[in-house]
Amino acid sequence: MNKIANKTIMNNVLIEEAAKDKDIIVLCSDSRGSAGLGPYSKEHPKQFVEVGIAEQNLVTIAAGLASCGKKSFVFSPASFLSTRSMEQAKVDVAYSHTNVKLVGISGGVSYGELGMTHQSANDIAIMASTPGMRVYLPCDRFQTEKLLRALLQDKDPAYIRIGRNAVEDVYEEGNVPFELNKSTLVQDGTDVTIIACGEMVQGAKAAGALLKEKNISARVIDMYCLKPIDEEAIIKAAKETKLILTVEEHVKIGGLGSMVAQVAAENAPVKVVSIGLPDEPAIAGKSAQIFKYYGLDAEGIVKKISELL
Amino acid sequence: MNLKKKAYELRKDVVDMIYRAKTGHIGGDLSVMEILVDLYYKQMNVTPENFKDADHDRFVMSKGHSVEALYAVLADRGFFPKEDLKTFAAFGSKYIGHPTNKVNGIEMNTGSLGHGLGVGVGMALAGKMNDKNYRVYVVMGDGELAEGSVWEAAMAGSHFKLDNLTAFVDRNHLQISGTTEQVMNQKSQETRWAAFGWNVIRVPGNDLDAIDDAVEIAKKIKDKPTVIIAHTVKGCGISFVENQVGWHHHVPNDEEYQAALKELDERGAQYE
Repeated sequence: MNKIANKTIMNNVLIEEAAKDKDIIVLCSDSRGSAGLGPYSKEHPKQFVEVGIAEQNLVTIAAGLASCGKKSFVFSPASFLSTRSMEQAKVDVAYSHTNVKLVGISGGVSYGELGMTHQSANDIAIMASTPGMRVYLPCDRFQTEKLLRALLQDKDPAYIRIGRNAVEDVYEEGNVPFELNKSTLVQDGTDVTIIACGEMVQGAKAAGALLKEKNISARVIDMYCLKPIDEEAIIKAAKETKLILTVEEHVKIGGLGSMVAQVAAENAPVKVVSIGLPDEPAIAGKSAQIFKYYGLDAEGIVKKISELL
Repeated sequence: MNLKKKAYELRKDVVDMIYRAKTGHIGGDLSVMEILVDLYYKQMNVTPENFKDADHDRFVMSKGHSVEALYAVLADRGFFPKEDLKTFAAFGSKYIGHPTNKVNGIEMNTGSLGHGLGVGVGMALAGKMNDKNYRVYVVMGDGELAEGSVWEAAMAGSHFKLDNLTAFVDRNHLQISGTTEQVMNQKSQETRWAAFGWNVIRVPGNDLDAIDDAVEIAKKIKDKPTVIIAHTVKGCGISFVENQVGWHHHVPNDEEYQAALKELDERGAQYE
């Protein structure tokens, strides 16, 4: 089992890059520990800004810094970043077009026992519907590193959601297919397509293997780029397989499922079924328990596809 | 031109823009004018030529609805042709009803209140990090101070010891629904800012000399930001607009337009 969380990888990459580029600034609220930024803050204290429990100001200060040439990386729980400071993300980051990368940590139901205040089950919908804001949900540490290194090269706003804990690797070290804003084909298939994002990719990949044993050929797509979404891959899947199942750690309104269905409906109508979180506060528990409860794991995906075929 | 007269000439541009576009926030435009004139004609190191350089002074119009006053000043300072003011708020125009950085001379988009001071904190922090000598100026409205985010930024401004940051409060005592005291009491503003660790200066806000003196004092203060509470007159310069809550965003009719221009001419003439 991999013990390295995606946030740890981001911390490591930023330590390395900030040493070479004094314009890289990492900001956090009172989230230094939960963002895993302790090592970064010790290594680069002059490129680290802590604003206290003030998420609105966190994002606005990051934008002000960026307007003067800094490359701001903001770390705060996804639940607060995508709601408490949403207007700042909209106005000071997306609308003013500042070089701010918003990193929503402990995303989705990572804080599964803490109630709806601490869950970000609608951040994709909120952020992706904001003009000028890109949205990414990487699945494992390898993809997170590739994504971060790619985003370090541009000056455009982006929102990146990662989970709290270490997750199983989807890809292998040294073999991480990645192209910015293009989905990754995890497994090819001809009967059905499973499109997942973030931590759901792992379950989708496992489901693909389980379906193979049942003689169902499943294509598994890692749609880590929610915006801009990879329309080409969706249309291809819609034309080549008879069903698309989307899987997301997000409510079904306005998330991956909605976006995939829209692209398919406009270009190559095919049945699209979504599994996600309900339109109510999610049940309490650890992430894995919650995923299982809502069918957001390999077993749930296989069951759903078996019912639909 | 004498800058006191200049402030009245620019007010005429504001009235003209609003009369032509049939929209705008005239009251706050007129109250904030001397602050802008002092900054853009005397204090700030910012020109169309150096605007993209790293060293220029920064300005953020946090009370974004006073954009007409800012456009008038920027046009007069050569950031864009004065002729462009005629397209203010027109269909498809980039000169929209709140500041946008699509317009040359404007750093950040504002409009929703309570953002500018935090932006200024970020800009001032970047100046400290980069060992730059530029200064950062932010103008807020007094009604705006009811926004909680202002106070998050106020906390950070003193915490980071940003003596390169000067904020103005256009204290005209009126907001869209009535007096600030009726809507949400602002009487203790000086005490509040001081409690947040700021150097506080109170000035008559339509007095160009007093504003300039205050900015000079702010430049000498070390280790803390300064707020200049500028006690202004909303609608300043046009007697029938002054201190009238209804003129927050009232558009002058033909008769009022002519009367406004005439009075602004007369008042400006006293400084010739």
